Amino acid sequence: MKLNVNGQDHDVEAEPDTPLLYILRDDLGLHGAKFGCGLGQCGACTVMVDGKAVFSCLTPLASLEGRRVRTVEGLGTPEQPGALPLAFMEEQAAQCGYCIAGMIMRAQALLERTPHPSEAQIRDAMALNLCRCGTHMRILAAIRRAAASWTQASR
Amino acid sequence: MTPRRFLIGAASVLAVLFAAGLTLAWHPAIAPEPAPVRASFQRSQIERGAELAAIGDCAVCHTRPGGPAYAGGRAIPTPFGRVYSTNITPDEATGIGAWSEPAFRRAMRDGIGRDGRHLYPVLPYPHFTRATDDDIAALYAFAMSRTAVHEAKPSNLLGFPFNQRLLLAGWNLLFLRPGPWQPDPAQDAEWNRGAYLVEGVGHCGACHTPHNALGAERGEDRFAGGAAEGWYAPPLQAANPAPLPWTAAELAAYLRTGYSPQHGAAAGPMTPVTAELARVPEADIVAMATYIASLLPHQTEASLKPQPENGDANATALFAGACGSCHALDAPMTRNGAPPLTANTGLHERTPVSFIQVILHGIPWQEGRAAPYMPGFADTLTDAQIAELATYVRRRFGGQPAAITPDDVARVRSGGGT
Repeated sequence: MKLNVNGQDHDVEAEPDTPLLYILRDDLGLHGAKFGCGLGQCGACTVMVDGKAVFSCLTPLASLEGRRVRTVEGLGTPEQPGALPLAFMEEQAAQCGYCIAGMIMRAQALLERTPHPSEAQIRDAMALNLCRCGTHMRILAAIRRAAASWTQASR
Repeated sequence: MTPRRFLIGAASVLAVLFAAGLTLAWHPAIAPEPAPVRASFQRSQIERGAELAAIGDCAVCHTRPGGPAYAGGRAIPTPFGRVYSTNITPDEATGIGAWSEPAFRRAMRDGIGRDGRHLYPVLPYPHFTRATDDDIAALYAFAMSRTAVHEAKPSNLLGFPFNQRLLLAGWNLLFLRPGPWQPDPAQDAEWNRGAYLVEGVGHCGACHTPHNALGAERGEDRFAGGAAEGWYAPPLQAANPAPLPWTAAELAAYLRTGYSPQHGAAAGPMTPVTAELARVPEADIVAMATYIASLLPHQTEASLKPQPENGDANATALFAGACGSCHALDAPMTRNGAPPLTANTGLHERTPVSFIQVILHGIPWQEGRAAPYMPGFADTLTDAQIAELATYVRRRFGGQPAAITPDDVARVRSGGGT
């Protein structure tokens, strides 16, 4: 099956019930999204599908025909990071870093739809992603920072 | 009779009818009074009022999302338009601070505000009228001892003629039977206690009974299954589709925890109801459960074996990939004692609305409460995929052969029900 990830088509050979997360990590070598719980409870695996944040551990390959997947690897490069990865670095929002790719992708989906969210809208959107180190306050600060400088180009 | 005399006669009859109608529809304002101080109430009365307010889930409607408790402003969708709940904190300007106890009692019994205006029956006063004077007084003491919040509610969005409150006089004439609950001498005290709470302050029928075209509960179909905020409220009588019978003990546990090991988890508007009921004394919950269980069927246990696969490979893959890590027969959640899908009441409902809702929106986290959680799939799956998945799951685990269409899912997604 053809799978579009970060604007590029890939030929994927896997069982149709395989979670997107496994395809990304095992077949495409994109290790940003992490396996946390496998139950849609922690958000470490969050990526974007058609502009919305989803748990890739609960997104079967069979549901992705003709849809566009975006991962943290699609938000710029280490030399030229996107607005959110940059803001996360500037706020030093990562401690162990395991949740961060998921956090960034859920925030990206939020800012693409609501470029200047209220504090309540940020907290509401991010409630589905957990950080066990407890850097939530810095994560929120990073999202506010990215929102402050968000432009059409930040997408 | 000459035409002239006929006209005069007819006009006087009409005038008398009009005057009678106005008399019926018109209610005097009750003079405002300064809000009573907390110390003027017995502590025990306030506490009883808190329990009754939890049984009635007052906070659920009278609090906007993220807003201060009981300060109103929550949008309540109705078939006639959008009504915003009122501020029932003791603020004198925007709440009910100026309401005397008789004014509060009149609102609960007759659906008339302190200023004499009719209240919309979104406030389930046809149920609250069944409460005793003592319980209404306790609710008054509770409301009046909350923190006063100065917050005006948005105006209702109701078109003509529903924005004419006088019309409610006719509605009340047709559908309101005021007065406290009358116990059934053929039943024991616990059953009667439960019936009093369920039919009165608990107002379970407001969602679980179907409504007529004028928005009143259809008396002849009591508890036959109704609607709540885009969800289906299952029947609480013989038509309840649960494959395993509900016992009073299991109902009581479900009402307090939002979870039944035999039937599954509360979802949608029922989740906040169970969160409120968790704060109610066990004796009251057991009484309510006893009454409701007496209405429910007590059939023999149905088979919990799933129907065989029917060869829809795509639906099977969607189920395995999106649902299987929790709901497969050998998944950790199932092995930890969660009921199999074949026992879930929602899958056996002929109306698929609530099942589609739960796939779309899941069961959200509840802050500070150990309670069931399910992620929603609204952003993960398309309408067509959810339709295919829902058809498969209902057929295989709920014995419901009807196919769900992408349009069904789109309607539920947009909040319209099916």
